[in-house]
Amino acid sequence: MTAQDATAAAQPEPIRLRGERRRWGEDVVKGILALCALVSVATTIGIIIALVEPSIEFFREVSIVDFFSGDRWAPLFTPASFGIQPLLVGTLVVTFWACVVCLPCGLGAAIYMSEYARPRVRNVLKPALETLAGIPTVVFGFFALTFFTPLLQDLGLGVNVFNVLAAGLVVGVMLIPVVASVSEDAMSAVPQELRDGAYALGSTRLQVSTRIVVPAAISGIIASYMLAISRAIGETMIVLIAAGGIAKITFDPREQSQTMTAFIGATGIGDIPTGSIEYKTIFAVGLTLFVITFAMNMLSIRLVRKFREIYE
Amino acid sequence: MVMSDMESAPAAPARIAGVDEKILAERAREAASTRRDVLFDVSRLTVSYADVPALKGVSLEIYKNFVTAFIGPSGCGKSTFIRCFNRMNDLIPSANVDGTILYHGIDLYGPEVDSVEVRKRIGMVFQKPNPFPKSIYDNVAFGPRVLGWKKDLDARVERALRHAALWDEVKNRLKASAYSLSGGQQQRLCIARCLAVEPDVLLMDEPASALDPISTTAIEDLMHELKREYTIVIVTHNMQQAARVADMTAFFSVEVDEEQDRRTGVLVEYDATPTIFTNPGDKRTEDYVTGRFG
Repeated sequence: MTAQDATAAAQPEPIRLRGERRRWGEDVVKGILALCALVSVATTIGIIIALVEPSIEFFREVSIVDFFSGDRWAPLFTPASFGIQPLLVGTLVVTFWACVVCLPCGLGAAIYMSEYARPRVRNVLKPALETLAGIPTVVFGFFALTFFTPLLQDLGLGVNVFNVLAAGLVVGVMLIPVVASVSEDAMSAVPQELRDGAYALGSTRLQVSTRIVVPAAISGIIASYMLAISRAIGETMIVLIAAGGIAKITFDPREQSQTMTAFIGATGIGDIPTGSIEYKTIFAVGLTLFVITFAMNMLSIRLVRKFREIYE
Repeated sequence: MVMSDMESAPAAPARIAGVDEKILAERAREAASTRRDVLFDVSRLTVSYADVPALKGVSLEIYKNFVTAFIGPSGCGKSTFIRCFNRMNDLIPSANVDGTILYHGIDLYGPEVDSVEVRKRIGMVFQKPNPFPKSIYDNVAFGPRVLGWKKDLDARVERALRHAALWDEVKNRLKASAYSLSGGQQQRLCIARCLAVEPDVLLMDEPASALDPISTTAIEDLMHELKREYTIVIVTHNMQQAARVADMTAFFSVEVDEEQDRRTGVLVEYDATPTIFTNPGDKRTEDYVTGRFG
């Protein structure tokens, strides 16, 4: 009290730190920004609810054991059969062939851009790659069907008109920029001092790239891989157009096969009555797909944390 | 040229604060008793970044088993210069080097010379400790491994760590991350990493500027030990450090071109360390070492 009095006495005009009025604009902006962040969270919750409800109804009619253990997928035929394994295998095979293309090529492109390319080359290459990422998947789908499949046929591989190989490889091509871009960002973030230290020991460019830069950027590279795998699992349009429409368990990529996404896409645009068991099938498959990609994301986060190398 | 300037040196000896005359005298005795074998012969070296010269027309000789220090104010090109000796400037796309550096009589910038081979023989320690994000062991083993020296790796790592006076501190935790070490230990680890590939020459670009005084002393003591087997070139901001560790000292300065707004580094004077600090031949050197400038 006495200290305050003394201050007041010393200063003829006391300074004022209280705001003149409450800044309402600030609150409004904060609210809008929070709303923006909430949109995606709310959508995710909405999707889960929309998926779960019809799925529960589905599983009342079809046992969950039959669903996962059955090896025949024929929900639209009589007698109907709801074994999801053929769709899982179709998804797995497409994802495998996509990975065969996008994981090594994407990493290679990233290493080239980050470690080898001169700045001028990189400044052209990176936007070009990112343009590839902006091409609609339907275009890739027709590219697979009308260019890639004939090419594979010309090579004498004996592929079907609809085949998993062409679809998978083109999904892989589509995902190269995803892997390359995210990995390149991670590699560019590796401090130059680490490279200098390795070069000063007589390392070649390749040794610096593979033994210093890639390990130091490994968490970003894994993140790009997991993102690409999730995208490959979820890719719909390319497989719908190029991989065929028959769900069967086959690991021969020259055959046609159906993925989970292709089934949803094909059935969703067909004329099945709302509320029927066929209709609910879509949601059961969708929920399975959601769980798989969700698990992939969780795994991705854990791997990224595990492999993160801290550098100062 | 530089040597002849010495004859016209100012009569009044320059002094720098904090440099013990006994140290300089010892340096002088050492220098007098050591034979001078030319290891590097630099002539008319000019380094440009994007066609703007950063360092112009440097000529000097560096002697085997000497510690040679480059001193001078910021922007005088001393770091640029030291990076020429193991072709680190090759890694900067816009950098261009003119002139010659003969190493054992071979031009380092000759067309048939491979920069990777150069760096195997001429190691470098940087200003900021830059251990790799790996274990202590793997840091030291990195060089031998890239060179394909797989035999007796453990012994080689131990020898390098002992040489860098770090073994006793880390021998029980070789698998620990290099980042668990203190800054001074990290820098000695970087020195050990260099020594593991058995270079001829150790280039040190301000190796102690990011370290505390005790770690600095450790690094300086190490340089005294190492120069028996290695030729050491060091860039330093710290004149006392140059006086303590270097046999020869080169003073660099900046020439400012007002018209083109360019600052170019030049070699002002190069001589035995005691001469540079007590009896410099050039007014600019005297101003710098007496603390009147920079």
